Amino acid sequence: MVWIHTSVSVKATDAAPNRWDVVALPLVIGLLALVAIGGREMTAPLDSVAATPVDLNPGLLPDYALRSTLRMLAAMVASLLFTLVYATLAAKSRRAAMLLIPVLDVLQSVPVLGYISFTVVFFLALFPGSTLGAECAAIFAIFTSQAWNMAFSVYQSLRTVPRDLGEVAQGFGFSGWQRFWTLEAPYALPGLVWNMMMSMSGGWFFVVASEAITVGDRTITLPGVGSYLAEAIAQQRLDAVGWAVLAMLLVILAYDQLLFRPLVAWAAKFRVELTGGREAPESWLLDLFQRTRFFRALFAPLGRLLDRACWWRLSLTGVRDAGRHLYANRLATTLMHGMKQIPNRTVDGAWYAVLAVAGLWCGWTMVAFIASGAGWDDVGTAFLLGGATLLRVVALIVTASLIWVPLGVIIGLRPRLAEAVQPAAQFLAAFPANLLFPVAVVGIVRFDLDPDLWLSPLMILGTQWYILFNVIAGAAAFPNDLKEAAANFHIRGWQWWRDVMLPGVFPYYITGAVTASGGSWNASIVAEAVRWGDTSLTAHGLGGYIAQATAEGDYPRIVLGIAVMAMLVILFNRLLWRPLYAFAERRLRLA
Amino acid sequence: MLNTTTSTVTAPLFALTNVRQAYPKPSGQEYVVLDGVDLTLTNGEIVGLLGRSGSGKSTLLRVVAGLVRPTAGDVRHNGAPVDGPTDGIAMVFQTFALFPWMTVWENVMAGLKAKGVPTKEAEARTEEAIDLIGLSGFESAYPKELSGGMRQRVGFARALVVHPEILLMDEPFSALDVLTAETLRTDLLDLWMEQRLPIQSILMVTHNIEEAVLMCDRILVFSSNPGRVAAEIRVTLPHPRNRLEPDFRALVDDIYALMTARKPLSAASPDAKRPPAYAEPLAHVSTNLLAGLLETLASPAYHGKADLPHLAAALQHEIDDLFPIAEALHQLGFAEMEEGDIRLTEPGRLFAESGVEDRKRLFAEHLVLRVPLAAHIHAALKRAANHRLPAGPLHAALAAHMSDGYADETLRAITSWARYAELFTYDDESESFGFEDLE
Repeated sequence: MVWIHTSVSVKATDAAPNRWDVVALPLVIGLLALVAIGGREMTAPLDSVAATPVDLNPGLLPDYALRSTLRMLAAMVASLLFTLVYATLAAKSRRAAMLLIPVLDVLQSVPVLGYISFTVVFFLALFPGSTLGAECAAIFAIFTSQAWNMAFSVYQSLRTVPRDLGEVAQGFGFSGWQRFWTLEAPYALPGLVWNMMMSMSGGWFFVVASEAITVGDRTITLPGVGSYLAEAIAQQRLDAVGWAVLAMLLVILAYDQLLFRPLVAWAAKFRVELTGGREAPESWLLDLFQRTRFFRALFAPLGRLLDRACWWRLSLTGVRDAGRHLYANRLATTLMHGMKQIPNRTVDGAWYAVLAVAGLWCGWTMVAFIASGAGWDDVGTAFLLGGATLLRVVALIVTASLIWVPLGVIIGLRPRLAEAVQPAAQFLAAFPANLLFPVAVVGIVRFDLDPDLWLSPLMILGTQWYILFNVIAGAAAFPNDLKEAAANFHIRGWQWWRDVMLPGVFPYYITGAVTASGGSWNASIVAEAVRWGDTSLTAHGLGGYIAQATAEGDYPRIVLGIAVMAMLVILFNRLLWRPLYAFAERRLRLA
Repeated sequence: MLNTTTSTVTAPLFALTNVRQAYPKPSGQEYVVLDGVDLTLTNGEIVGLLGRSGSGKSTLLRVVAGLVRPTAGDVRHNGAPVDGPTDGIAMVFQTFALFPWMTVWENVMAGLKAKGVPTKEAEARTEEAIDLIGLSGFESAYPKELSGGMRQRVGFARALVVHPEILLMDEPFSALDVLTAETLRTDLLDLWMEQRLPIQSILMVTHNIEEAVLMCDRILVFSSNPGRVAAEIRVTLPHPRNRLEPDFRALVDDIYALMTARKPLSAASPDAKRPPAYAEPLAHVSTNLLAGLLETLASPAYHGKADLPHLAAALQHEIDDLFPIAEALHQLGFAEMEEGDIRLTEPGRLFAESGVEDRKRLFAEHLVLRVPLAAHIHAALKRAANHRLPAGPLHAALAAHMSDGYADETLRAITSWARYAELFTYDDESESFGFEDLE
């Protein structure tokens, strides 16, 4: 995917190493070595993992952190591949889009931890006797937390490729392959990178959650920060929890500096805006590599190769030419024309019918499966508990908004402060809040608090930061002339908030709140049922219900719980967030 | 005619016959963009397509480029039917349409790479095109680092590097400032006159009359709704042409007159089902502009009558800006257009001399009287029990007879005029028309 622009610049440069190489070389070699070590351990036989349980020695944490990081990376690669195929298919075929887009909408409403309950058994069977099956299950769970919004972003981009650029490609006779790699993929890239970052930020939570999981009588423990934490909880070692938190901090920091900063800075080139004014994102690492002579010379042939690959024609010219010959024949033309005209509606009809039948069949299978192990009273319970969780989510979003919106505005209006707080808020959003759950549990146990009330804040612990950093961004972007106008006309106090600031940050706030609410639903499965040693605390809620059913391996109830939660999330999105979002877009978007 | 380098007796370079372009509307009716258009291009000529926005000239250009397949009609390039983008035709865009992630060098080379031209040859040709068009030194720059003029030069180089027979230009200078546009025009004309361009013919779309007269050997004037060729004008002035020469001015005046003659230009096809009177597209012109032009015309400088080209020059407007204002005034009965002149009517003079309240009253009267859509909405509001009229059905009714874009603009126009006249108003929340201050 690298469109390295070798043509002019590299020719002039000399390939001898310069001082920047001294820094860059160990970095690259070191990272390669780490991948090799981690990769070899991943394919180890299952016995060896069982034989060496997770050790709480902090000296082993770097190794564990490496394993978690590699899982994350593998999931990201899988998400990328999925995104390219799925989004392209949906964008290129109207009929495929009819199915794929609604399916994607549902997929992203299903709680992430719900996926793992099903897939663990499947993946274990896929690679018997090796940890690879368990690894795949964990990676798949992380994948499900990352892929959907990336696919949506690319789909949106592919649908909105600027018309004039499309016409250039068409006019010069670009093949489908050429068009994709030189126009569509670059156009989609900035949005994709941004969504990758958001996905990654949400993904750490699920790495931690998916490394130590019990489904029925199967317990899977994969060496990593998450299983280290699980062991610390089992042994009630608060100091080990502290080490895990520290390791995670360092890993997230490294990921940000070594992967995403360079990626974002590089992707800025692909933004379609012809004014050069906007501040370009910067990355010391990208600068470093762009300054090294040796690495540039090393990567130049690779860049040229990729560039050439982008320009392969790879089209079915032969087939199309054959079609052209047919076209030349007038009779054939009319025939083809007729065939194209009439059956189009028929084919659409048939396609609708196939989709409807498939949908009905899937729905029936699901109902039948649930009915095999759960009755109507279970359905009633699930909905009641769903209501409890819904109430929690609403209450938490309201509380978090009341706290963070005013604070965010105050911070955002002070550029110096915003510059300092913004990265911290983004960092906190990425930090897996479940690492901190044990601390809260210890507190609840110590002071004998009501879990129904006091477990709730855990659901929003990690996701509230989305509200904060979006509001900060909104307040920072608030036009200066409007601020001056408000000051000039002495608009102050409540009127200032109601008429000036809140409408100004509202579109940003909605973006943050949607993310926070989605994250809270996901977190409920972990947050409503927590443990500390032998003590376990459960709050009444749908998340706790799913967690319990998973621990018992009660599949019909897992399916029921997940179906109900997905339904509630979809309804919540459709009835609340979408209308609010549309309103913000229509009325409050500052041009 | 200049430029008669070679004259071939064989098939013309490019020929369109009886081309029609129509889009089906959900209502079952068709929205016709182009109707019965003929066009031939021969070696060595620059042909201009001149017309208002919405006259289908850009669509016609895309038909020639093979980007749009016409609903009906015959399209031939060197005698062979065109059924897709063909080699030998390249286009320059109003918006430049440069790939932002490619350097100047890569943008220019893109067309050659797509065709699989060997690297050596592609590089040589790219360098040649870049030198020719005056971009040397800018090879490694990204489009966002360049000024508008330089960007459009890249657009030209990218089109020329594939050595097309026909160069298509879609309002190539209209996104540039006046000075830059003039420089680019003269540079291009010089290269063309010196026969240094690897092309045989240029077809350009423009809405700037002077630009057309300055550059073209032949000008096709388009009428709107549906787009048709209303007139063909040969320009035989020798190059380099001087904008101030009397012959040049006379030709510009003639074309203005041609384009302001209203009825003959938009003759409706007789067999078409006649749309209701209110389904007439309106251009959204701010009432400030209307009042401004009326005041200008009433001022001592003009004494109620002005020559449109002169007025356009004085107000630094292009025809696309000035015509809609003049036409709106004409429709409202505040001014009349004929022979390229605009003349204030009695009500127009009265409007210009009145105060705010009288102006609004006069405007309201004329709106109901002269704009059928305003009368239609006003009457419907009076009839309705709750004095409200939802905009959705009205939009659908309009869109049955015009494109969605025009229906939007027509509703925007009537809303802003009615608000100014305090005749009725529009509520964005409920998306409906209603009377003001109705409790």
